[in-house]
Amino acid sequence: MTALLSLENLSVHAGSKPLVSNLSFSLNRGERLGLIGESGSGKSLTSLAATGLLPAGLSASGSAILAGKQVIGAPDRELNQLRGTAVAIIFQEPLTALDPLMRVGKQVAEPLARRAQRDGTPFSGTALDQAVLALLDEVALPDPQRIAKSYPHELSGGQRQRIAIAMALACKPDLLIADEPTTALDVTTQAEILSLLDRLVRTRNMALLFISHDLPVVANTVESVVVLRQGETVETGNVADVFGNPRHDYTKSLLAAARRLDDAMEGRA
Amino acid sequence: MSSATMTAPADKKSHSLALMAGILLVGLHVAIGLLTLVWLPYDPTAMAGGRLEGPSLLHWLGTDRLGRDLFTQMMIGSRIALIVGVGAVAIGAVIGVTLGLLAAFASKWLDDALAATLDILIAFPTLLIAMLVVAASDTANLWSAIVALGIALSAIVARLTRILAKRVLVMDYITAARTSGSSWPKIVAIHILPNIWPTLSVNFALQFGLAVIAEASLSYLGLGAPPPNASWGRILQEAQGTVYTAPLGAIAPGIALVSLAIGVNLLADGLRDAIDPTRRAR
Ligand SMILES: Nc1ncnc2c1ncn2[C@@H]1O[C@H](COP(=O)(O)OP(=O)(O)O)[C@@H](O)[C@H]1O
Ligand SMILES: [Mg+2]
Repeated sequence: MTALLSLENLSVHAGSKPLVSNLSFSLNRGERLGLIGESGSGKSLTSLAATGLLPAGLSASGSAILAGKQVIGAPDRELNQLRGTAVAIIFQEPLTALDPLMRVGKQVAEPLARRAQRDGTPFSGTALDQAVLALLDEVALPDPQRIAKSYPHELSGGQRQRIAIAMALACKPDLLIADEPTTALDVTTQAEILSLLDRLVRTRNMALLFISHDLPVVANTVESVVVLRQGETVETGNVADVFGNPRHDYTKSLLAAARRLDDAMEGRA
Repeated sequence: MSSATMTAPADKKSHSLALMAGILLVGLHVAIGLLTLVWLPYDPTAMAGGRLEGPSLLHWLGTDRLGRDLFTQMMIGSRIALIVGVGAVAIGAVIGVTLGLLAAFASKWLDDALAATLDILIAFPTLLIAMLVVAASDTANLWSAIVALGIALSAIVARLTRILAKRVLVMDYITAARTSGSSWPKIVAIHILPNIWPTLSVNFALQFGLAVIAEASLSYLGLGAPPPNASWGRILQEAQGTVYTAPLGAIAPGIALVSLAIGVNLLADGLRDAIDPTRRAR
C-alpha cells in the first residue's frame, strides 16, 4: 500500500539557516498522526512544504511524496491539482482564514464546486446551495440557512472554525492537515471542535495530520506522534509509548508543562 | 450603555446624509449632462443676446463676450466633465490595476523596478504628464485629453493597487484558498479585487475630481477640447479677460467643478460604507 503522504529527509531552509531538518514519516489512509513541538519548532512549515506552499524565500529539500507525486521541485500547476483534492488544510486562526467580505456559504461553495468540476460532475445553482447546507449541517452548525448568509465577523470563533472545517471537507480530501485547529478557541469550544474532527475523520476515513503544541489535545486524537524541536525530530512512535515512557528530555519537559497546566486548571475548578 | 451604541445611530445618520448629498450633487450633473444630449436652452455657438449681459430670466447666468448664453455652456460643461472624469478614471483604473497587480505578483527585482518607476512618475504632477502626452499627440481634443489624464492617473492607481494587493496576499485566507486548489486568476477575481476595491473606489473618486480639474486646467491652457463642446476650463479661460465686468463667467465654472468633485467623493465614501459588510454592521 502506498502512503498518502510520505516525507523522507525533508528539510526546509531560509537561506543557509535550517528551519526543519531531515524529517521523515509516512501516513496511510485512515491513519492519524500528531506533529508536536513548541511554537516555532517548524510544524507549520512542514505542512506548507508538504503541499508546496512554502513562502517565498524558503526552500525545501529531500522528498515529500503526496498522493504518489513528488512535491519538492514540482511546478505549481501540478501541485494545484493535488491541493483541494488529495489534501486540505485547516488553520489555527479561523477569523483570518476566512475572507471578511464574502458570505461564508459562498466560501464553502467555492472548493465544493471546484472539487465537483475536477471529478467531472460539475454542479451549480440550487444543487450547489443544497450541498453547502448539507456540509454546514455535517459540521453541526445550527440553522445552516442563516449561517450560510452570514459574514465571518458575524459568527463566533467556534462557528468560524466549523466553516473552515466545512471548506476542508468540501475538498473531499484523502488527507486532512489540521494546523493547531483549536489553539485560538476557548476550552469548551476546543473540546467540541476536537470531537467533531475526530468523528469526521473516522466517518470519512481520512488520514489526519494533527499539528499542535498541546499534548493532551494530541493524545486523544491521534495514534502516533512525531516530536519536533527546532526543526529536529527528537522522538517518534505510538502515542501511548511516547507519552507513557518519554525517552527524550524535551518530550518530558513538554509533558511536565502540560501536566502542570492540567493541575492548575483542576485546582482552579 | 457603551459609548459605541450611543454614537452608532448618529454616525449612521451622518453617513447616510453624506451619501444623500453625494447622490444629489452627482445626480444633478448627470441629469443636466443627459439633458444636453436632447435639449439646450440656446444654440451654444450662436449669439443669443447682447454681449456680457448680467443674469436675467432669459439668460440665468448672463452672456459671454460674444453674446452666447453662459448657462447653456455650463450645461454642456457638466456633460464634458462627466465624460472626462469617467473616461480618465476608467483608463487609469484598467492600466493602473493591471500594473499594480503585476507588480504585486512579480519577482522581487521586477517589483522593485516597477515600484521605483511608479514613484518617479508620481513625483511629476498629473497635469504635467497629461500636458506632455497631449503635446506628443498632434491634435488637442477631448479624447487626447482623456487618454492623457488616464495615463497620468494610472501611476497613482498602480502604486495603490500594488500596496493593497501585497497586503491582501499575505492574508491567511489567500493561503487557505491556495491549499484548497484555487488558481491565482480565480483568487485575484474573488478575493483580492473585492478586498482592495473599497479603498480603490474611494481613491477613484478622488481621481475623478483630479481629472476634471486637470482637464479644466488643460482647457484653460488651450490643450483641452475646442469649442463648441467646451469644458468649464475653457469657459473660465474665455471669461478671464472680463472677470471684473462679468464675474459669473469665472465663478460659475469654479462652483460647478467643486460641486461635482465633492459630490463624487461623498458618493464614493457612502457607497463604500454601504458595500463593506464589516462597516455596515457598525
Ligand atoms: N518566511 C519565513 N522566513 C524565515 N523564517 C521563517 C519563515 N516562516 C517561518 N520561519 C521560522 O521558521 C520557524 C518555524 O516556523 P513554524 O513552522 O511556523 O513554527 P510552528 O511550529 O510554530 O508552526 C520559526 O522559527 C519561524 O521564525
Ligand atoms: Mg504554526
